[in-house]
Amino acid sequence: MAVSNVDFHVDQGEIVGMIGPNGAGKTTLFNLISAAFPISSGEIRFKGQKLNGLKPYKICRLGIARTFQQTKVFTNMSVLQNVLVGAFFGSPNRVSWADAAREASQALEFVGLSAMSATPAKDLTLGHQKRVELARALVTRPELLLLDELMAGLNPTEVSEAMGLVTKIRDTGITILMVEHVMKAIMGICGRIMVLHHGEKICEGTPQEITCNKQVIEIYLGE
Amino acid sequence: MLEISNLDIFYGKSQALRDVSLKVSEGEIVALVGTNGAGKTTLLNTISGLLHPASGSVEFLGKKIDKLVPHKIVQLGICQIPEGRKLFTDMTVGENLEMGAYTSETWKRRKETLEQVYQLFPVLKERARQSASKLSGGEGQMVAIGRGLMSNPRLCMFDEPSYGLAPKLFSEVLEVIKHLREQGITIFLVEQNVRRTLETADRAYVLENGRIVLEGKSKDLLQDELVKKAYLGL
Repeated sequence: MAVSNVDFHVDQGEIVGMIGPNGAGKTTLFNLISAAFPISSGEIRFKGQKLNGLKPYKICRLGIARTFQQTKVFTNMSVLQNVLVGAFFGSPNRVSWADAAREASQALEFVGLSAMSATPAKDLTLGHQKRVELARALVTRPELLLLDELMAGLNPTEVSEAMGLVTKIRDTGITILMVEHVMKAIMGICGRIMVLHHGEKICEGTPQEITCNKQVIEIYLGE
Repeated sequence: MLEISNLDIFYGKSQALRDVSLKVSEGEIVALVGTNGAGKTTLLNTISGLLHPASGSVEFLGKKIDKLVPHKIVQLGICQIPEGRKLFTDMTVGENLEMGAYTSETWKRRKETLEQVYQLFPVLKERARQSASKLSGGEGQMVAIGRGLMSNPRLCMFDEPSYGLAPKLFSEVLEVIKHLREQGITIFLVEQNVRRTLETADRAYVLENGRIVLEGKSKDLLQDELVKKAYLGL
């Protein structure tokens, strides 16, 4: 069993962090929400609607977008084309070329990748691939954004920039659930943090409460 | 042990490394830090023979290696533990590890080396028959390190070992790196967690836009204003 009896909720406008040792089930939980994996028991609701059994693209069109821990860009496409995929297929409505191109360019500008829009995605660093995924997710106009280790592979200065970016996204009205191992980011921008261990939620609280929690220090943070 | 002189690397027309020179002596832990896209991975790929310089040279143990193909370089005793792990996901953990010992010399000793890897990472022994696609981030990193060690390297190059690891686990990986050095393996460490890296390494180089802009003892670089501002976020 990868995730067991986990209960949690995310309110509109929050930035909620999810931490826990490697293998705790964090990415699995994202895969359950986005329907990449089926749920064995329990239920997931989004704005009151039950998500169980829906296909991933339906969940995206309901307003949940995500990025991936192991980046999943379309390597043979350019940066812009990657984002266009999100613009065309992530929306419940038909999207014209002109609108898709405009929105994709805006999203690339937002994440700071305009200058690389023609670059093949496979030639990007992992850090930049993460940004492509972020743009691809944003262009689907999500209400809830799931970020799986957006900050991995960034140096501390780049982490600060990315923290600014995530806060800016929240300020546009998008709710954020983020998995992250970069403590500076988690502690800096999350209002609330939950901790998973062996597939179970072991605690939840403000950054302050979590950093002082003995069990969290022992299993996750280290001395 | 490793000596890089005046290296220029191009991708098509764009230049990724400019006049890069650096040295790693036997028994050292040397770190390379820099922003995303500065050329760190490009440098490792050049040492490994995946890229060849337009000018400049790479010497290992006194021998010029910059025109050699990667498998020859592995045979000489250099291994690269790649960013993002790059495991063979269709294979088991055990098979991934064995892939690291493909050169004829190391293949003969693979059972013995495998035991050493299992001693270092006991959890991999439990997972030996499991698919590498089913691992957590931390276990995946252990397999990547283990696979590198299976080639019995004299110089081990790590490309962002902290990537996707919980803080406690990254501390453990740094301990492993120190342990490997005690076993006589020289370490070249590319890493974004600049503070922890400088605390672990003996010396370090800072790469910016393809050029080495700063080098020195790690403890001096930790006090350097440029490093503090640009890399430690202070």
